[in-house]
Amino acid sequence: MDKIRASLLKKSIASKIERRGKIISLTCLALIILVVFLIFYFVASRGLATFFQNHINFWQFLSGTQWNPGTNGTNGQPAVGALPMIVGSFLITIFSALVATPFAIGTAVFMTEISPRRGAQILRPVTELLVGIPSVVYGFIGLQVVVPFVRNTFGGSGYGILSGTFVLFVMILPTVTSMSADALNAVPRYYREASLALGATRWQTIYKVVLRAAIPGMLTAIVFGMARAFGEALAVQMVIGNATLLPHSLVSPASTLTSILTMGIGNTVMGSLQNNALWSLAMILLLMSLVFNMVIRYIGRKGKLNNER
Amino acid sequence: MNAKRVDKIATGVLYAIAAFVVIILVALLGYILVQGVPEISWHFLTSPALSFEAGGGIGIQLFNSFYLLFLALLISLPISLGAGIYLNEYAPQNTITGLIRTTIEILSSLPSVVVGLFGYLFFVVQFKLGFSILSGAFALTVFNLPILTRSIEEALANISNDQREAGYALGLSRWETVTKIVVPAALPSIITGVVLSAGRIFGEAAALIYTAGQSAPALNFHDWNPFNISSPLSPMRPAETLAVHIWKINSEGIMPDAKAVSAGASAVLIIAVLLFNFLARWLGKRLYKHLTAE
Repeated sequence: MDKIRASLLKKSIASKIERRGKIISLTCLALIILVVFLIFYFVASRGLATFFQNHINFWQFLSGTQWNPGTNGTNGQPAVGALPMIVGSFLITIFSALVATPFAIGTAVFMTEISPRRGAQILRPVTELLVGIPSVVYGFIGLQVVVPFVRNTFGGSGYGILSGTFVLFVMILPTVTSMSADALNAVPRYYREASLALGATRWQTIYKVVLRAAIPGMLTAIVFGMARAFGEALAVQMVIGNATLLPHSLVSPASTLTSILTMGIGNTVMGSLQNNALWSLAMILLLMSLVFNMVIRYIGRKGKLNNER
Repeated sequence: MNAKRVDKIATGVLYAIAAFVVIILVALLGYILVQGVPEISWHFLTSPALSFEAGGGIGIQLFNSFYLLFLALLISLPISLGAGIYLNEYAPQNTITGLIRTTIEILSSLPSVVVGLFGYLFFVVQFKLGFSILSGAFALTVFNLPILTRSIEEALANISNDQREAGYALGLSRWETVTKIVVPAALPSIITGVVLSAGRIFGEAAALIYTAGQSAPALNFHDWNPFNISSPLSPMRPAETLAVHIWKINSEGIMPDAKAVSAGASAVLIIAVLLFNFLARWLGKRLYKHLTAE
C-alpha cells in the first residue's frame, strides 16, 4: 500500500520537467532584465562620479561651453561644459527629422494610397533593405559624397551640422517611411470609402481623413527616427568634424555626444576626470533614449484612446 | 482653385517626392556597388590589411566578422529563445509582465554606442576580458537579445492555440508541448528572425570599437587550437571586424588607398546584408514547405 501511496504523492517526471523548463525560461528572461539594470547601474555610477567625486556643478556641466577636461577653463574650473555636444546632438536630430518627415510621409502616402502595386513591388523591398545597411557605410558615403558636396556648395570645410543632417536624413528615411506606411495601412478601408462616397477627391480623402487617422502612428515613426538619429555614433562622427565648439554656422565643424564619446573613451584613463566627464555624456545619451521611449509610449496610448472613442 | 485641380497637383507632388526618394535610395545602393565591386577580388577578400601601403585586403576582418557573428548568435539564441518562451507561454498578463516588456523595449532602443560602452566597462574592464572576441560577442549579445527575443515571441504567438490544446490532450506537459510542438511549428519564422538579426550584427560597429578592439593581429590559419593566441579560433584575441575597419581607416587617414579599401569593404558588407535578407526569406519559405508538407 505504501508504495502506491508514495507513487501517488511523488511528483511525476512530467511535472518535474515542466518545473525545470519553467525555471530555465524564467532565468533567461531574468538575465535580460538584469543586463538592462546593469547597463543603467554601470553607466550611471560612472557618469555621476563627475558630480559627486569631482564636484562639478551639474548645471555648469550642462550649460558650460568649454570642453577640455583635464585643463581649467577661463573661470578657473575644470573645462567640462557639455553644451556644444548637447546642442550638436539636438540640432542634427531635429534638422534630419525635419528634412526626412515630408519625404518619408510623401513616399508612404504614395506607397499606400496612390500606387499600392508599385509600392509593394518596388518601394517597400527597397526601403526595408536600406534599413539594414550598416551605419559605417552611410558614414563612408557621407565622407566621399556629402562632405565634398557641402564644401563646394556652401563653403567651409564641408564637415559640420549640415553634412551630419544629410547623412542622418538618408539614414532615417527608410525607417520612418516604412513605419509611416504601416501606420497608413492600419487605417481601416471604410474610412476611405466613406470619404470617397461623400464625393471627396483622392487628395481630400488622403489629407482630411487618412492622414489624420494615422497621426499617432506617423508621430511614432518620426520620434523613432529621431531616437535613431540621436543615438547614431559612427556615421555622424565621420562627417561632423568633431570640434567641441558651439556651432555658429551649419557648415562649421561641430560635435555630438556620440561623436565625442567614440573618439575619447579609449584615450582617457579610467577614473580620471576626463574619463568621468565622458561617462556623464553617455549618461545623458542613456537618459535621452529613455525620454524618446516614453514619448513613443505616450503617443501610442493617446492614439489608442482617440481611436476607441 | 477647384478640388479636382488641387487633387491633380497633389498627386503630381506625391509622384515627385516618391521618385526623388527612389532616386536617392537607388543612387545610394548604386554608388556603393559601382565603387566597391571592382575592388573585390580573391586577393582582396583573403589577404591581410596593410596600414602604410596600398594593396591590402580585408581577409582577417572578414573572418573576424563571421566568427563574432557566430559566437554572438551562439550565446544570444538560447537566451532569447528561453525568454521568448517564458513571455509568450508562461507569463501571466499583469503589470509585472508589462514592466518586463517595457524593459526589453528600452534595451532595444538604447543607442548601440551605449551598449558598446557598457560592454567596455563590464566585460573589458570589470571581467578583465580585455579587447577580445569574447567581449565583442557579449556586447553583440546584449545588442541582439531584445530584438531576437521579440521576434521569437512574435513567432510563438502566431502559432494557433489548437496546436497547444492538441499537445495537452495527448497528456503532454506545458513545457513538452512548447518544446515538441510549438517551437518546431514556429521554426520557420524563428529562423527568419535569427538570420535578419544576423544581418544587423554583421554590420554593427559602434558596439564593437571598445569591446572587440580596433586591431587585427596576424592570424595563423594553420593553427586551429582555440587556446593559442594566434589561432583564428582563439576567443581572447582582439578582433577588428569589417565594419570597424571601414570606420577606422577613414578616421585615421594613414592608409594610402583607404578610399578603395573602404569602398570594397562597404560593398562586401552590403552584399552580405543582402544575402542575409534573401537567405532569411528563402530559408523561412523552404522550411515552412518542408514542415507542413505543402
